[in-house]
Amino acid sequence: MYPIIAVDELVPRVRLYRIHAPRVAQKAAAGQFVILRVDEKGERIPLTIADWDAAEGSVSVVFMEVGTTTTKLARLGVGDSIADFVGPLGNPTEVENFGTVCLMAGGFATATIMPIARAMKAAGNYIITIVGARNKDLLFWQDRLAEVSDELIISTDDGSAGRKGVVTEPIKEKLERGDKIDRVIAIGPSIMMKFSALTTQPYGVKTIVSMNPIMIDGTGMCGCCRVSVAGQTRFACVDGPEFDAHAIDWDSFMSRQRTYIDEEKRSLELCRCPEGPG
Amino acid sequence: MAKLDLNRVGMPKQSADQRRLNFDEVALGYSAEEALQEASRCIDCKARNCVVGCPVAIEIPDFIRSLKNNDLPEAARILKRTNALPGVCGRVCPQESQCEAVCTLAKKGAPVAIGRLERYIADWELGQSAKTAPGELRAPTGKRVAVIGAGPAGLTAAAELARLGHEVTVFESLHVAGGVLMYGIPEFRLPKSIVQSEVDYVKSLGVNIELNAVIGKTLTIDELLAGGFQAVFLGTGAGLPLFLNIEGENAPGVYSANEFLSRVNLMKAWRFPEYDTPLKVGTEVVVIGGGNVAMDAARSAVRLGAHVTVVYRRSREEMPARIEEVENAEEEGIDFLYLTNPVSFQINEHKWVNGMTCQKMELGEPDASGRRRPVPVAGSEFNLPVDMAIIALGTRPNPLIARATPDLEFAGKGNVIADEQTGLTRKQAVWAGGDIVTGAATVISAMGAGKAAAADIDRYLAGLE
Repeated sequence: MYPIIAVDELVPRVRLYRIHAPRVAQKAAAGQFVILRVDEKGERIPLTIADWDAAEGSVSVVFMEVGTTTTKLARLGVGDSIADFVGPLGNPTEVENFGTVCLMAGGFATATIMPIARAMKAAGNYIITIVGARNKDLLFWQDRLAEVSDELIISTDDGSAGRKGVVTEPIKEKLERGDKIDRVIAIGPSIMMKFSALTTQPYGVKTIVSMNPIMIDGTGMCGCCRVSVAGQTRFACVDGPEFDAHAIDWDSFMSRQRTYIDEEKRSLELCRCPEGPG
Repeated sequence: MAKLDLNRVGMPKQSADQRRLNFDEVALGYSAEEALQEASRCIDCKARNCVVGCPVAIEIPDFIRSLKNNDLPEAARILKRTNALPGVCGRVCPQESQCEAVCTLAKKGAPVAIGRLERYIADWELGQSAKTAPGELRAPTGKRVAVIGAGPAGLTAAAELARLGHEVTVFESLHVAGGVLMYGIPEFRLPKSIVQSEVDYVKSLGVNIELNAVIGKTLTIDELLAGGFQAVFLGTGAGLPLFLNIEGENAPGVYSANEFLSRVNLMKAWRFPEYDTPLKVGTEVVVIGGGNVAMDAARSAVRLGAHVTVVYRRSREEMPARIEEVENAEEEGIDFLYLTNPVSFQINEHKWVNGMTCQKMELGEPDASGRRRPVPVAGSEFNLPVDMAIIALGTRPNPLIARATPDLEFAGKGNVIADEQTGLTRKQAVWAGGDIVTGAATVISAMGAGKAAAADIDRYLAGLE
C-alpha cells in the first residue's frame, strides 16, 4: 500500500497528492508518469508525475475529479493509502540547452509542466511559460512558475486574469513577430495540444506534447495507448509519452480518447451513490 | 494381465448453451470414481515416455500409481516435486502434443488422460485444509536470486531456487502475481483462484514477491546485481502485441487481444460496473488470428453477449490453437471464416469501427514455419459488418528490459539470446527463459525453461564463495 502523506487542493476539484513511494521517487524524472489503482476494484490509470523527493521517498501527482477513479481518490486524505502505484514509466523529457524553450500548459497541467520548466532552466534555456485556464480561479502556482521562467504569460478565456483569450495566441504573436523559439512543449487537454501543434507547425518550431491516452499496464503489453505518429503506430507508455506534435494523427487520437465516455458516466453514477457500490 | 481399457473417461463439462452465458469453468473435473477409473488405465509401462514428453519431467507414472492406491497426499507430493503449478498445468497444458502424445496407449488412440488426473490431484489438494508440505527444502545457502516476472517461467524458477535453499525475490510489474495466467487466460479456462492458490504455494516455500516493480524502469538488472543479488532470472514473457498495420486499425473498437483479455481477466471488466474498468462489447465481433489467445478472446466475447466470427488466414488444419479449445469455441456458437485476411477497417460517423474488408486466401507453397503459405485471391474482397475487432496475431517482448540493459544481447525480434539448455544469457549472472527467449509459446515450456535455468543458477551459485 502507498500512503498519502500530503494533500493540497490547488483549485476546486484539482488536488495534488504527495504519495509515499520510495522506489518511484528514486528514479523519477521530468516528463514521466505513474500508474495507480485506488483499491481492489479500481481501474489502473496513468497520471503524470508533478514532483518527487528522493530523500523523503515521495512522488506527487495532480488530478482533477472527473471520473470514478479520481472521485474515489478525492475521497481519500492524509494517512489513507492507495492500493498500487507503479513507476516511473515512460521516457523522461529530452532536456538540453536548446536556447529558448516555450512551455505551454493548459488547465491543471501547470503542475506537470513545473518539473520540466525546472529541468529546462537548469540546462541553461531561456524559459517562456504560457499558462491558460478558463478563469482566474483555476490558476495556481504562478509564483513557482515565475521562479523558473524568464517570461510568464497568463491567459484566461474570460479575461479575469492575464490576457483574455486562448493559450495559443501569445505564442502565435511571438512567432509572427519573428521571435526565436527553439522548442515548444505543450501539455494539457488533447484539444489544447492539437491547437498548439497547429499554431507552431507553419513556423517549423519543434513541438513536443505529452500524450495521455487510456492505458492498462503502462509497460507495453495492452496496446490500448497506441498513437499514430508519422503514420506509424506507437505505444505512448513505452515509446512516449512525449511525441513530436506535428507528426500525430490528432483526430484518431481524440476519437480513441472518447472510447469509454458512456461507461465512465455509468460508473461514476454508481460511484457517487451514497451507499456505495452494491 | 487385464485387458487394455481403450475408453478414456470423459471430462464432465458445462453444456454449451449454459456455459456461453457464464464465466464459470467449462470443464468440471473428475469425480473420485472417474479419476480412479481413468488412473487404472495406466499400465505403468517401463518406457515412461510420458515423463520424457513433459517439459518439466513430472513423475507421471508414480503420481498415477499413488492415485490408484488412493494415497492422494503422496500423489500431490510427487506432482509438486517437479511442478509448483499443477492446478494450472492440469488445465492449460497441451497434453495432447506432450505427455499424452507419447503415452504407450496413444498408439491405440487412447492415451491416459494425464492432464485431467493432474488437475484432479491438484484440486483435491486445494480442497484440503492442511496443505501438502513442500517436501525436502535444502538448508539456506545465504545466496540471493532476483526473478523478474511472476508468470509461469518466473514462478517455477523461484520455487525451484527456494527449494534449493536460496533466498528468492520475484519482481512483478502488475499488481498481482501470475503473469499471463492472470491477465491472459480467461476464468472459464483457468479460474484465478487456482492461480492464486498456486502463487501462495510458491510463497510458502519462502519466496518473496514484490508487486508493482517494473524492471527496466523502477529498478534495473544492474541495480539488482549491485544491490546484493548474486544471480538474476529474467522471465518477463512476450507481451507487446502485434498489429496488422492496416487502415483504420487505431479506431476505437479495435482492440489488441491483450487489451481485451486484460480488461476482462485482470481487471474483471466482465463485472463492470461493480469493478471500475470498463469494456465495450459489440454485437458483431471479429477476432483475427487462430491461436489459443484468439480462442480465449472469442469465447470471452461470446460470454459478454456478442456474435463472434474468428477470421483466420489459413485453414482449420493449420490453426495453432488446441483442438479441444477450437471445438469448445465451435460448440459455443462461434463462426469461423478460414482462408480469410483483413485488409482494412471502416469507421462510422462517430469514428467507431463499423466494418472490415477482407480478402480470400488460398494456400501456396510451405513457408519457413513449414505450413503452406496463404496467398491472396485476386478480386476476392468482401465486407463484414463489425462493431468490434480483436487482433490476436501474437506478441513480442516489450522493449523496456532491452533499453535498460544494453549489454544483454537480443535477437532480431527482441528476444533475449540465451543458451537453450541452461538459459544462460550473454550477460554475467543473468539467465532468461520462457517467451522472452522463445517468443510466444506455452505455459509448460516456459516452466521447463524456468526449471532448467534454476538448476544452472544453483550450480553457478555453488561455485561462488
